[in-house]
Amino acid sequence: MTKPVLLVTRRLPPAIEARAARDYQARLNPEDTPRTGADILRLAQGADAILCCPAEKLDAATISALPASIKVLGTFSVGYDHIDISAARMRALPVVNTPDVLSVATAEIAMLLILAAARRAGEGERLLRAGQWSGWCPTQLIGANVSGRRLGIFGMGRIGRELARMAGAFGMIVHYHNRKRLPPELAGNAVWHESEDSFLAASEILSLNAPGGDGTRRWLNAERLAKLPAGAIVVNASRGTLVDDTALIAALKSGQVAFAGLDVYDGEPRLNPDYLTLENAVLLPHLGSATMQTRDAMGNLALDGIDAVLAGREPRNLVR
Amino acid sequence: MKPRLIVSRQIPPSVAARIRAEFDCPWPDGRDLTADETIAALAETKADALLLTSHLKFGADVIARVPAHVRIAATCSVGFEHIDVAAARARGLPVTNTPDVLTDCTADLTFLLILGACRRAHEYDAIMRAGWRRGFGLGEMLGMKVSGKRLGILGLGRIGQAVAARARGFGMQVLYCNPRRLPPEQEHGARYFADLRDMLPHCDILSLHARSGPDTFGIMDAEKFALLPRGAVFVNAARGNLVDEEALLAALTSGHLFAAGLDVFHNEPAFDLRFAALPNTFLLPHMGSATVETRTAMGMRALDNIAAVLAGRPPIDPLWR
Repeated sequence: MTKPVLLVTRRLPPAIEARAARDYQARLNPEDTPRTGADILRLAQGADAILCCPAEKLDAATISALPASIKVLGTFSVGYDHIDISAARMRALPVVNTPDVLSVATAEIAMLLILAAARRAGEGERLLRAGQWSGWCPTQLIGANVSGRRLGIFGMGRIGRELARMAGAFGMIVHYHNRKRLPPELAGNAVWHESEDSFLAASEILSLNAPGGDGTRRWLNAERLAKLPAGAIVVNASRGTLVDDTALIAALKSGQVAFAGLDVYDGEPRLNPDYLTLENAVLLPHLGSATMQTRDAMGNLALDGIDAVLAGREPRNLVR
Repeated sequence: MKPRLIVSRQIPPSVAARIRAEFDCPWPDGRDLTADETIAALAETKADALLLTSHLKFGADVIARVPAHVRIAATCSVGFEHIDVAAARARGLPVTNTPDVLTDCTADLTFLLILGACRRAHEYDAIMRAGWRRGFGLGEMLGMKVSGKRLGILGLGRIGQAVAARARGFGMQVLYCNPRRLPPEQEHGARYFADLRDMLPHCDILSLHARSGPDTFGIMDAEKFALLPRGAVFVNAARGNLVDEEALLAALTSGHLFAAGLDVFHNEPAFDLRFAALPNTFLLPHMGSATVETRTAMGMRALDNIAAVLAGRPPIDPLWR
């Protein structure tokens, strides 16, 4: 029996490429060349499945033009705002993603951003690398304590809950705003705010952990930023589209937001160049899930889902 | 009449405000003074007390020149390596420090070092400051996950215990080495090792929280680094002189260590610039206690000690009893 054909749009961790090559006629991308929608349509001819990444936009036009041989679309990510899910549904194309396995690694990056922003790690790092350290002084590079502070989590899904657990160990008091209130066994000690205004007013440190997409586009705008306590800290390890960059940059300049920590950007890998001029912004290049263990787990879960669909089974990671 | 005070280093504004209200001080905001300038200022103002930091080397030669009207020297720090305690004691000059108030703050910074080193924060920041522009393959620039790893702590005092508490939020297994084993209720499941050599092979991450002294000077040498598993991460927010820096540089360069997070160095601020040339280091300029809240609390605690002694009460945090 011939192996099914799998199109892989980007270079994957070695263990995952080895599994793909073992189980499929894998069309890999060893040069890691970025793929456009047109590239994907061309390369998908005669394939049974596609494994894509958030960098590729699979809009309605691309999905409807996919060859009929494609039976399943996997994404190497938990988010699927790059895929037009309703177009996939119209075409009866199952989509599988990689939930759960990256929650902890991504929450770690959110916690790193909170600490690095509050404690001015970017400035301290650059001072040392430039060989310009003049010595310890009680008033130099003074940051803000995180212990005992209120952390507001916008979007209390799996990643938000992992972050809440970590923050609790730092003595932070967790508040959250979510479409719905969590049952007590999931909420723990976190304080729910039905009202967005009271949530924002409580958030001395605000962490965005909601999914991307139209429902959250530019959620953190000038009006909401103004409702945060003066001198708040803002971190985002979810999706860049949640933030109105112009408004956040203005707030960082005015001091309404004292420090920001960002792993994601609207339009990445391009970003608003004003961020690069701000000393009070700690910036990371979207590497929330970038640990060896996590990327292998994501790849294996995506392939499990593709295997299941092609074998006529229900995948546990089907996007509904 | 208010008591007279000299402050030998810049201090946070709210501490300066209290000094203005309660003391007679020529520079309530503090001024960066050398040892000679400090001695001269104490004599000129007939000062009752001195507030200093680790900036001032308070050795036997300086202590010998402190005028007799100075009744207390309070250092705005928990460490007191800059003070010759025996000389101060012989001279009958009470000296105090500021313990406790910087525990959480330093433990938070330790975790920043752990996360920053494991998740390659320096390299990621450098990529961003260069403008990024290129997406990464899914196997590229990968870091080490912190959660679930084994964290070894050398020195389970106040700060070490606060680090252990944070580690439990990451589901980490905590190992520790300490001169004395803690009572079980303070261990919270941490595994005790009497000998550092026995603990090191089990540490995915090692964090130093030991006191600096003759018995711990250079305790992390080439032999000890070699005992860590290959790919381990090393973190130091305690004191630079606990580490043989040549051995650390060699372990980072050879790849034996995955990364290091350092807030302290042998020579500060003139630290070994070879650390700055390495991609797998995450470096901070001794910022363990650098928050508004903590630096203010440290300054207030130092003033509390001064006020107590000048009022004829015993100091709150004496360096000897």
